[in-house]
Amino acid sequence: MRITDADKPLFTNVWIIAETVGGAIQPVTYELIGAARGLADARGSRVAAIVVGGEADASLFAYGADIAIVVNGPEFVGFNDELECASLNHLIGKYKPEIVLCAATARGRALIPRAAVRTVSGLTADCTGLAIDPETGDLLQTRPAFGGNIMATIRASNHRPQMATVRPNVMKALPPDPTRKGETIREQPPDAGVTNAKRVIETVRGGESGVNLADAKVIVSGGRAMRGPEGFAMLKRLADKLGGAVGASRAAVDAGWIAYPHQVGQTGQTVQTALYIACGISGQIQHLVGMQSCGCIVAIDRNPDTPMMKLADIAVTGDLFEVVPALAEALG
Amino acid sequence: MKIVVCVKQVPGTSDAKIDPETKRIIREGVKSILNPFDLYAVEEAVLLRERFGGEVIALSMGPERASAVIREALSIGADRGVLLSDRAFGGSDTWATSYALARAVDTIGGVDLVICGKQAVDGDTAQVGPGIAAHLGFCQATYVADIRAVTPETITVQRMNEDGYDVCELAFPAVITVVKGINQPRVPSLRGVLAARAADVPVWKPADIAADLSKIGLDASPTRVVRTAPPEPRGGGTIHVAGSPVECASRLLEILQARELIQGGR
Repeated sequence: MRITDADKPLFTNVWIIAETVGGAIQPVTYELIGAARGLADARGSRVAAIVVGGEADASLFAYGADIAIVVNGPEFVGFNDELECASLNHLIGKYKPEIVLCAATARGRALIPRAAVRTVSGLTADCTGLAIDPETGDLLQTRPAFGGNIMATIRASNHRPQMATVRPNVMKALPPDPTRKGETIREQPPDAGVTNAKRVIETVRGGESGVNLADAKVIVSGGRAMRGPEGFAMLKRLADKLGGAVGASRAAVDAGWIAYPHQVGQTGQTVQTALYIACGISGQIQHLVGMQSCGCIVAIDRNPDTPMMKLADIAVTGDLFEVVPALAEALG
Repeated sequence: MKIVVCVKQVPGTSDAKIDPETKRIIREGVKSILNPFDLYAVEEAVLLRERFGGEVIALSMGPERASAVIREALSIGADRGVLLSDRAFGGSDTWATSYALARAVDTIGGVDLVICGKQAVDGDTAQVGPGIAAHLGFCQATYVADIRAVTPETITVQRMNEDGYDVCELAFPAVITVVKGINQPRVPSLRGVLAARAADVPVWKPADIAADLSKIGLDASPTRVVRTAPPEPRGGGTIHVAGSPVECASRLLEILQARELIQGGR
């Protein structure tokens, strides 16, 4: 809601929206708690983990949450945007958090914009930096803009709560402390009515459509130089040894060598993995904007002068059809 | 079926270069384009009309020159377009933008389905589609990769997520956002292009959509950009590795292990 400075003290605590899949709390939840912990400490407030359509467990406290608020019941079948949003808004109205952080996952990016509109909150997507302004106590939210070529810092001084999404693998989880305890509060979902407009009929996990680039720690990615689907099979073998996922440039996807969910770049996914291995990707701007924020970029190419080889932290000049198998072999 | 498809004009980066000094995209002379994801939204709307009848209305908000993206939608089959354009809309963030678009959908009236691209490539927020749904109280589904079934009351869609997909049924009226794989957009015919060029694209002002002036534009936007800065340089420069494939592999492994980016190896 819109507020004046006098209203600010009415809003306290830092909330994170726990990400669950099939009832299991996802690692990005602990990253959100890690980020929230720092903000709550700066504000002298507490961290609450909000679990909608799932159950809390002790891990939330071990990673730094003080409170868990759970809304669950038989009506939560699959991801129901409207039902989860109504529950979240009900909690926000009741408890008045100062800050709400959510994972920038498919679920988070569907849920939180809906909640932000309904609660008249400012929302900043895909933050890479979160800090408290020491003067005003406002949340300073930094995100890449214009394809990562500019970092914009955004605030919502006149609205509470302040909402932000964060991509997986961007914030750091704290080391868990299993002796840490917290309080769990159960809340009821608000009365249905608006919520019966959607029915989740089927949920399918894995398979080709389920390539999880956003959650991957390592991506081995290929471009036009892969020559065909066999080239991507070779990348898959390396990715499997690294515990990673396979990415692709648009050229390779358009050629039909690999499915669209693998595409990294402007019209594909934006990724921020710790390690990105680009194999035979020249580095057109549309691809670079999707991966240039990765922690460490390795490029393997015969041509040492491509934009990707220049951007890379480690540029390997060589035939990728020899280097990639040699690397997989060396990994044992 | 009455379908509104939301389109946005964005800077085209297809021929963009990075300034070697500032490391920023050189924007001078970069033309504006239809947001690439919106093309799939338009195509899907036209496919639905071809199967079930009805009308497709292309809706955009932006400066007057943004009528170009509405004409592009018309050229591949949208029946008519509406542009929201006024200084009062300027500076809107995703909250205020989705409010204005929702007001326009409401003004058009009797809309069953709103289709958006999954996100715009300039802002990358993916917030406006769900925002429109929230303002209107419509049911929503994001990252839709397939429309499985349509009945007079419902639409059944397959939507993507990180782990796979789910199939859900939405009661009309609804908002869906679509991903690239959902269809293969058609190429406009010459006749379509000429007709689109000649078409009248009405420009709507805040009063035309009965907009609450306290909910549009910069002043109504909860978020405010307070500063921009170039990103931290990647730093460290580039380590060059060359030699035989085995040498390259072992040197690369050594560096990655030293940086604790991978475990194992032998």
